[in-house]
Amino acid sequence: MSLTKKIVTWARIKSPWILHFNTGACNACDIELIAALTPRYDLERFGVILKGTPRHADILVCSGPVTKQIEDRLRRIYEQMPEPKFVVALGTCACSGGVFDGCYNVDSGIDKVIPVSAYIPGCPASPKALIDGVAKLLTSLEEKEETKKSGR
Amino acid sequence: MHDSKDFKIPIGPQHPALKEPEGFSVALKGEKILGVDIRLGYNHRGIEKAAEERTYVQDIYLIERVCGICSHSHSTCFVQAVEEIAGLAVPIRALYIRTIIAELERIHSHLLWLGVAGHEIGFDTLLMYSWRDREVVMDILAAITGNRVNYGMNTIGGVRRDIDAQQTEDILKALTILEERTKYYIEVATQETTIIKRLSGVGILSREDVLRLDAVGPTARASGVKRDVRADDPYAAYAELSFKVITDDHADVYGRTVVRVKELMESYKIIRQALKNLPAGPLTVRAPRKIPVGEAISRYEAPRGEDVHYVKSNGTEKPERVKIRAPTLANVQAVKHMLRDRYLADMPIVVAAIDPCFSCTDRMVALKEEDCARAKIINWQTLHAFSIEWYKQQGIDFTELNKKLQDKLKG
Ligand code: SF4
Repeated sequence: MSLTKKIVTWARIKSPWILHFNTGACNACDIELIAALTPRYDLERFGVILKGTPRHADILVCSGPVTKQIEDRLRRIYEQMPEPKFVVALGTCACSGGVFDGCYNVDSGIDKVIPVSAYIPGCPASPKALIDGVAKLLTSLEEKEETKKSGR
Repeated sequence: MHDSKDFKIPIGPQHPALKEPEGFSVALKGEKILGVDIRLGYNHRGIEKAAEERTYVQDIYLIERVCGICSHSHSTCFVQAVEEIAGLAVPIRALYIRTIIAELERIHSHLLWLGVAGHEIGFDTLLMYSWRDREVVMDILAAITGNRVNYGMNTIGGVRRDIDAQQTEDILKALTILEERTKYYIEVATQETTIIKRLSGVGILSREDVLRLDAVGPTARASGVKRDVRADDPYAAYAELSFKVITDDHADVYGRTVVRVKELMESYKIIRQALKNLPAGPLTVRAPRKIPVGEAISRYEAPRGEDVHYVKSNGTEKPERVKIRAPTLANVQAVKHMLRDRYLADMPIVVAAIDPCFSCTDRMVALKEEDCARAKIINWQTLHAFSIEWYKQQGIDFTELNKKLQDKLKG
């Protein structure tokens, strides 16, 4: 691994920038995500910053079962993100459709549309679960880097 | 320069200022907004239809998830309608507990709004402050109901959990903390020059317009219209509790802020009374699985305004029709009116000021074939010919170029 690449990976794991996208959620998971960023839980101490545009984001956090109307937008936002990119499905309905499974206008889960790296269940997923999920995702990235290194 | 022409900018559905996916198409002349088209539907999940395919008990949890911020509002409104059809006399203790949860929810929702409003005007300190205090209510809600949001408190004929002595004490303690903080927010809202200057005169909606456009909730009350279902058509335990309907005459975003922070104080008052007078007794009455034939409309004052549910039963265990009219749908027309001839920079705060909840509101419109008379399918050759013609009309002739291309392809 070249030095620049090493630095980039290190920075990415230490300070992942997230983009939140509501794909038809009931709002509860969205406010829990914001709650995770405010003083009580303070995700920012892990270097996580909420960003406004897909071009700046490393992790796409999606909540909601993906409505038909938003499907294309979700795909487009995913395509606009720079590599390497990760998707987190936040909430039961983002994981599997949850309570909305079987509704005529939903796709029942983010992974029906774009690949997902981490699932955080809960209806709504509490800020603690969210922090846990993001931390696990980051650890798994770190481990991947390690195995890559030791593989050489 | 563009100033002789007006242009349109699209905002959303993914936009940093708005947490929900909704699209706005804003027609601008310079900085001035000429008109706004609101494009709903990104959040439409088809809950009303799904409710017809599930049993009444399943529907409570489905309808709770119409909106995660006013979840108790929707589920209470729905069970009230079902109870009316079934003719159930809900125990008074259950009604009191519903009221307590409803007011706790109003507190969490108004604090949440205060933070969002602060964020929209670039006052992020307020966001962090009010969300930190909001956690106090969230803790209480989690302790009583077992979940931070989507409480699952209601069932047909009563509530599912009780409030015990220890919890009562905890709630009272939390209220004292919150009251202190709210006093501070009232001070900030009424004395802080930055807030007053930024918010007054923005998003004006006159009393006449409120009546004409049928705005509800704090949006209406901030324009001096005393409209509150809790007082006008009391449900749950509100008839037995005394409280003031807060109104304000500013008729702008500032007025809406003042109404909301003052309403917080009323909510504390209501909860204190309800806890003090909490009658003993059972939590539920037995509800039949099959609800008799009938229909009912139920009204409820959600944090955002009046929520209306209509339920029609056909005597089976599933409803025949459920219709939900969430408060945002009533207020969204007012937003269009408020934005006209205002500056683009005011848009986020004006939209946020009605405390919009688009997941409650999203509708779907199905276009029938007949409506698309202009649409037709054309094949590639016709499209090619059409495009050449079109460019000719614009004064660009591709005939020569096309010939060269054809020759090259042949050669
Ligand atoms: S998982 Fe539950 S709480 Fe979260 S958005 Fe979906 S329905 Fe709402």
